Formats: sequence, C-alpha cells, structure tokens
Amino acid sequence: MAVRSESPAASASHAHEGTYAGGLLSWITTVDHKRIGVMYGVSAFFFFLVGGLEALLIRLQLGSAENTLIDPDLYNQLFTMHGTTMVFLAIMPLSAAFFNFIVPLQIGARDVAFPRLNAFSFWVFFLGALFMNASFLFGGAPDAGWFGYANLTSTQYSPGMRVDFWVIGLLVLGVSSIAAALNFIVTIINLRCEGMTLMRMPLFTWMTLITSFLLVMAFPAITVGLVLLMFDRMFGTLFFNPMAGGDVLLWQHLFWIFGHPEVYILLLPGLGIVSEVIPVFSRKPLFGYAFVVYSGILIAFLGFGVWAHHMFAVGLGPVANTVFSATTMLIAIPTGVKIFNWIATLWGGSLRLRTPLYFALGFIAMFIIGGLSGVMHASAPTDLQQTDTYFIVAHIHYVLFGGVMFALFAGMYYWFPKITGRMMSERLGKAHFWMMIISFNLTFFPQHFLGLHGMPRRTFTYESGLGFEAMNLMSTVGAMLLGASMLIFIWNVLGTLRKGAPAGDNPWEGSTLEWSIASPPPHYNFRVLPVVGGRDPLWAEDLTKAVPGDDPSTPEPHMPGPSYFPFATAVGIVVMAGGGLTLTLPVVLVGVALVLFGIYGWAFQPLEH
Amino acid sequence: MPRRTPWIVALLTLATISLGACGGPFPQSALDPASDFAWKLQDLFEGIFFWAVVVFVLVEGALIVAILRFRERPGGPEPKATHGNTLLEISWTLAPAIILVLIAIPTIKTIWDVDRPARGESLVVEAVGHQWWWEFRYPDLGIVTANELHIPVGQQIDVRLTSADVIHSFWFPRLGGKRDVIPGHETQIWFTADSAGLYLGQCAEFCGLSHALMKMELVAESPADFEAWVEGQLADAVVTDSVSFAEGTQAFMRGGCIACHKIRGTVAQGVIGPDLTHVGSRRRIAGGILDNTPENMERWIRDSRGVKPGSLMIVPELDDETVSRIVEYLQGLK
Repeated sequence: MAVRSESPAASASHAHEGTYAGGLLSWITTVDHKRIGVMYGVSAFFFFLVGGLEALLIRLQLGSAENTLIDPDLYNQLFTMHGTTMVFLAIMPLSAAFFNFIVPLQIGARDVAFPRLNAFSFWVFFLGALFMNASFLFGGAPDAGWFGYANLTSTQYSPGMRVDFWVIGLLVLGVSSIAAALNFIVTIINLRCEGMTLMRMPLFTWMTLITSFLLVMAFPAITVGLVLLMFDRMFGTLFFNPMAGGDVLLWQHLFWIFGHPEVYILLLPGLGIVSEVIPVFSRKPLFGYAFVVYSGILIAFLGFGVWAHHMFAVGLGPVANTVFSATTMLIAIPTGVKIFNWIATLWGGSLRLRTPLYFALGFIAMFIIGGLSGVMHASAPTDLQQTDTYFIVAHIHYVLFGGVMFALFAGMYYWFPKITGRMMSERLGKAHFWMMIISFNLTFFPQHFLGLHGMPRRTFTYESGLGFEAMNLMSTVGAMLLGASMLIFIWNVLGTLRKGAPAGDNPWEGSTLEWSIASPPPHYNFRVLPVVGGRDPLWAEDLTKAVPGDDPSTPEPHMPGPSYFPFATAVGIVVMAGGGLTLTLPVVLVGVALVLFGIYGWAFQPLEH
Repeated sequence: MPRRTPWIVALLTLATISLGACGGPFPQSALDPASDFAWKLQDLFEGIFFWAVVVFVLVEGALIVAILRFRERPGGPEPKATHGNTLLEISWTLAPAIILVLIAIPTIKTIWDVDRPARGESLVVEAVGHQWWWEFRYPDLGIVTANELHIPVGQQIDVRLTSADVIHSFWFPRLGGKRDVIPGHETQIWFTADSAGLYLGQCAEFCGLSHALMKMELVAESPADFEAWVEGQLADAVVTDSVSFAEGTQAFMRGGCIACHKIRGTVAQGVIGPDLTHVGSRRRIAGGILDNTPENMERWIRDSRGVKPGSLMIVPELDDETVSRIVEYLQGLK
C-alpha cells in the first residue's frame, strides 16, 4: 500500500490561524461549522467537568457507611443532574462537536447543508444547558432521577420547580438535537464530494448519519412523554395519575422507547471514531468495512426493539420478557462483529502506539466488559437481581465511560492537531491514558460486586454491616484519581495551545479528506472541491490525484456570512421556556416575539455578505 | 441443592476476595440464595457468567496478542492492505449467535418458570409500599405488621404487591429478584425459603427523598415458631394495669398519634401509618432503619425528619414527660 506522506513544509497549504480570529461577537454570529464544532466541544467539556464534579460529590458521600457529608436532598439532585448532564450536556454535544467539525471535512464539503440552523442548534443546546443548571440557583436542581419515573414526578410528590426545570429543559434540548440531526442527514446525503458514494464514506461519517436518524426517530417519543408530564404538572391533566385512571407505566414505555436508542445515540459516534483511529494507526484499511457499516445500522435498528429490558422487574409477563430478552441478546451479535473487525484490522498491521490508538484500544478492552455484563442482564431473570443495583451502575459506566468517553478522548487526541494546528504532548497523553484506565477500573469494577452483594443504586447512604464499606471506599478513591486524570488532559490542552509543535496537514498520515487540507482548515475548507475514487483517498496514489489541496491560484470560495438571527431565535426559545416554567404569559409572549423576529430576519437575510 | 459448577463458584469467590478482601460478610447478597426462586436466578446467572468468562478471555486475549505482536517495528515492511474476509465475517457472526442461543434457552426456560403467578398452596402476603416503609398484611390470618415479615420455612409465600403512593420495588436479594411495586397495578412474586434465618431487604426503585432508608426484614422460622408468632400477633394489644401504662395510653391518644396509627383493642384506629399493635415485638422501627430500643424510639418520635428526611410522620410539640410515657407504652406492646 502506498502511503502518501507529506511533510508540512512540502504542503502547498499553510496553517489558517484566521479560522478562529475575531472577538466574542464573531463567535455568537458565526455559522462556520468548525467554529460551531469548537464551541460544542468546549461547552460540552465544561459540562463534562460539571457532571464529573457531581459524581465526585456522590462518591465522597458514599466513601464510608452512614456518611453525613451530603444530605439526601442534595444527593438526589446530584445523581439526577449527573445522569442528565452526562447524557444530554456532555456526551451528546461532544459527539456533536465532532459531527460539526469533522463530517463536512470528511465528505469534502465547505460547510453543513444549513449553516444557520447549525448555529441555532448549538445556541439552543448551550442556552438550554444553562437553563437546566440554573435550577441550582432557584430552589434546587431536578431530583427525580434522569429517567424521571412517573408518578414521583407529579406535583404531589415533587412540588416546586425542580422537575419543571427538567421537563422544560429536556424539551428545549430536544429542539436542538432534532434540528442538528436533520441538518446532518441532509448534509451527508447531499453534500458529499464527487466520487464519494455511500459505501466510500468514512466510518465516522457513517455513524453520524445513523446517529442522526436515531435522534430524529427517538426524540419524538420522549417529547410526547415530556409534554404529557408538563400538562400533568402545569394544567392538571391526569395522564400519569393512577388514582384517576392514568398509568405510570405509560411513562416508562415512552421514556425507554427513547431511552434505549439514546444509548446508541451516545455509543455509535464513539464506534465511528474508533473505526477511524484503528486503521490509521495500524497502517491498514478497516477490515470488513461493509460489515462494520451494516452492523452499525443493525444496532440502530434493533435498538428500537429492546426498550422493555429496562422494565423486566415491572412484571410485563413472560411473553414480553422473552421477546425483549431475545432482541436484547441479538444486539450482541452486530456489536461483536464490530469488535472482531477492529481486532482483525489490528491483526497484521504495524501499530503506531500513539495516544489516539491507546484510547481506542482502551475503548475496545473496556467496552467488551460492558458488553458482557450487558448480556448478563439481557436475560430477564438474572436482571431481576441486577436491575437498580450498582451492577447496572458498573455496566453503564463500562459502556458509556470505559466505552464512549475513551472513544471520545481517542477522537480528541486524533483530531486535535487538525482542529488547532498543533500536536499534543504524547508523554502527557499517555500519562492521561494510564491514569484514566487504571482509576476507571478501580472506580467501577468493584461496583459490579457491590450490586451483586445487594447494594441498590440511587441510595444516599448504606448501613455498616452489609459488607459494602471496603468496595465503596475503593470506588471513591478511584473516582478521585479519575477526576485528577482529567487535569492532565486539561494541562496538555492548555500547554499545546500555548506552545505545541505545528501539526502540518496530516501528522498521523490519515487516509480521509480532512487530512488533505491545512490545520486548522481555512474557513472555506476546500478551495477546490475534491473528487475521490475510493475509500481511503489519501492512501492510494491513484485516488489522491483528484484531491487538489489548497491551490492558491484558485479564488477563495464565498461562504455564508455571519448572522445573529440564529442566536436571537435560540434566546427566544429559552425565554419561552422560562415563561413556561414560571407560568407567566407575558414572558412567553416576549419569547415568541423573539423567535418570530429571529426566524423572519433569518429567512430574509441574504446568504452572502 | 441445585448443582453449581464448582469452578464458577471458585471464580466468583476469588474475584470477590481478590477485590482487596472487600469487606463482607454480605448479609444482603444476591449471590447467596436461600429460596427456590433465588436459586433459579442464581443457576441461570452462573451459566451466563461461564460464557461471559469464556468470551472475555478469548476476545481480550486476541486483542492483547494483536497489540503485542503487531507493534510497529523500525524498518518493518508495510502491512498488507487486507479489506476483509467473508468466511471470517460469517464465522464471527455465527459464533456469538451460537453462544447466545445457549444463553437464551435457559433464559427463556427460567422466564416461564418464574414469571408466573404462584402455583399450589401458598401463604398470601399483601405488601404495600409507602414512602418510606413497608406494610405487610396476611389476609388469611388477619395480621397487619410493618417492615418485618415473618414466614414459615418450607412454605410457599405468595406476595401481592401494591403501592400507596409512588413506585417502589420489593427486594429480598437472598429470597428472590426484584418486583416493582406500582400504584394502580398489582404485581406478584413468590418464593419458598430454604432455611430459617433473618433476611434483609430494601426498596430498589428510587422513590423519593429517603429511598435509601426504606428497608425491611424477613424472619423465616420453623412452622412451630411461626405459629407462635401468629398467635402473638392475633392477640389484641397487651393491656396491663400499671399506672404508667395507662398514662402512656392517654399520652398516645392525646399526642395525636391515633390519627394515623392503629393499636387493635384501643380507640387508636388510624390507617395512614404503620399498625403499632405489636410494635414492641419488632426488631426494628422507622422503616427498618433503627434498632427497636427505647432510646431510638424516643429519638424517632422527637426528630423523625432528622432520622428520616421527608418523613411524613407529624408529631405535635410534646413535653419530655409525654414522650417518655409514649415510648414506655409502645415498648410494652409486645
């Protein structure tokens, strides 16, 4: 295989520091997918730290039996917000950061299909996230769990505004997710460069496409549930009131019909990142490309047919439990196929053990454990012992932290040079990896046993004498180290931004189109749109001829100008949310006026300035 | 007892012990079954655990071998660009499929075995979940108690579950899996305890502020002991002639306790809180979180929300004298 290696100096292109130039206003009005990607990434990482701090407080409280550091009222807010934050404000937007930055580059496009809608999605997410967290300042954060089971969420059992913040906050975030997902579906289907057939798309773009379809199909279910709950809470309807003929299980079905696909919404982008990193650092194309793509599609499809495995203890009856056990087990097959194909990609390769590959390998190793514990409670009867215990807490963290977060860190280390034009420190990167994987296992491995030995989750305390002390202490120590490992990453990022070595166009000798242009890319990405003839265009000499690079003789393409209308519209939506929260009609009307103003201005603003 | 593959037991034990002599004993452990129902789940779990270990060793092993064997070597040849192999793809699709079938068969068998109403003769117990305590009724025996369930060993218990407020989950790890307790629905679980002993349980579905403090105990005893317990429970509250007892009764009635609590044989006929007819005989109070001592009972009456945040028990201002009389009275209700 011929590898096109290019020294930065030999490249015709040069670093475009101007990509990120400009003051605060330029960031608020930007419609450039790269800047929006960076904003997604920075704010999602901020919320990742917030959610992490919440987790550390939880672990401090559980560090010893009958601890009184944190009272149950605060504890319940912390675990509710930890779950809500990590799912909706950290992992999803971190994935969105990569969708934004990388996907248009990988498909050889100059931007997403709807750049202003993209800005709108970001601002709705960001303001919605602030809205949700503002609850801490107004009488307390949501405290009914990230799953918000009815009828604990009714005004009778959860008076005050806490649950209202959660309901309305999630509705706002749903707007952002659906808008972004539609944008990426249209972008990926329509803006691929010449020659990039679907089956030549990079795996990360594939997984983005699948994730976007999942978002569009899953979010309506939770939206319906949230609207019913909002009506129950605000207008006195009785959908979830069992005393009046409502049914609390309706919520569980609606929530998990969303909630399980949501797991794959969180997971698939990570699978995509790993499928990019492993071939590049093995110096070998991805083994079984088509199988990896189809298994991703299959996981997404099956993901809609497994929701009741969250409800095995409800007593839905043997028929339902049989069906949902079987469908859940089926998901292990395409997941296994992916893992085998990654190992086969490594096999016979020439592994360049750099930080991104470390994290990708850590992902595989941890994800296998999460998958195997998942099969254990795919079996309805064994789940009767495991559900709602620390066994499940261990499982989801092996999937979402050991899995997804390791993959997202692989992505951060992999694409950081492309995004900033600078190389991160390998030494600090590997130190981060080792500290993270060791402390991660120290934190979560004992939790399997805590669960099996009878410790339920979502409990702010446990009695001494149940044998839980030692393993909880291990877990707490691990969590503190895990938190500290993030400091190494932050230190690495800050140091690299200050004085990192220039990256050049293609420091990892990657195969996909984002590596054919400068780092960071110019605001128009490709001066001349590329034409590709195969899957790894930068790896095959005959395929790269049509990847023109940055030819200065060609005039710069015109790009959409900045606009403050998406921001104004997003502000309007959050003002409406605030009015709904306090049931003040005038505030709602102000929000509506802002939204109408924003959309009107948006529609009539010319595309180029 | 059902056969346990010895090495799986050894492995599970080893893993637990090697986790830094991680505490223990574990009186609330699901890995220590003591009923037919719990054994069915445990047997199934051990089978699945076996396959999980096999897959874990093979796949992680393959990953480690790949990493060690194929690291980049200076001057090494360019790797061959293999794009895939259909035969391999088919085999590693089939291999997990076969293992899953081997897991699915006992799974489905067990589902149909446990996910059904109790069969045959059984002692019916109605368990009602409250924020944050358990009410237990024996409709055939006419007994109502709280947080402490007594059952005879060797007799099938048919637990019918309902909720007075939000969703809870009934869970005695050593006797069976969880069964959610859902307002507006009646759910069921059944089991037959193997051996006499004290079993610990607690609510397993997040049910609000003091979810962690919603515990319960189950005393499995010989049929004769159980009979004796039933006898004791069926009797009305003990009435003695001692002055302090009479004063205690009055204090209890005056203190407003009777609005929510019932003491059979007296005017206290409240139905909102736990039945206290034989509260003095219980091992623990306050939703199974405090040992039943006079000091603890006093603490509970004086500061129920300090002991259990959000507790719905409303206690009016009572002077020390009244409180200690109430405590003495309740302790006497054996």
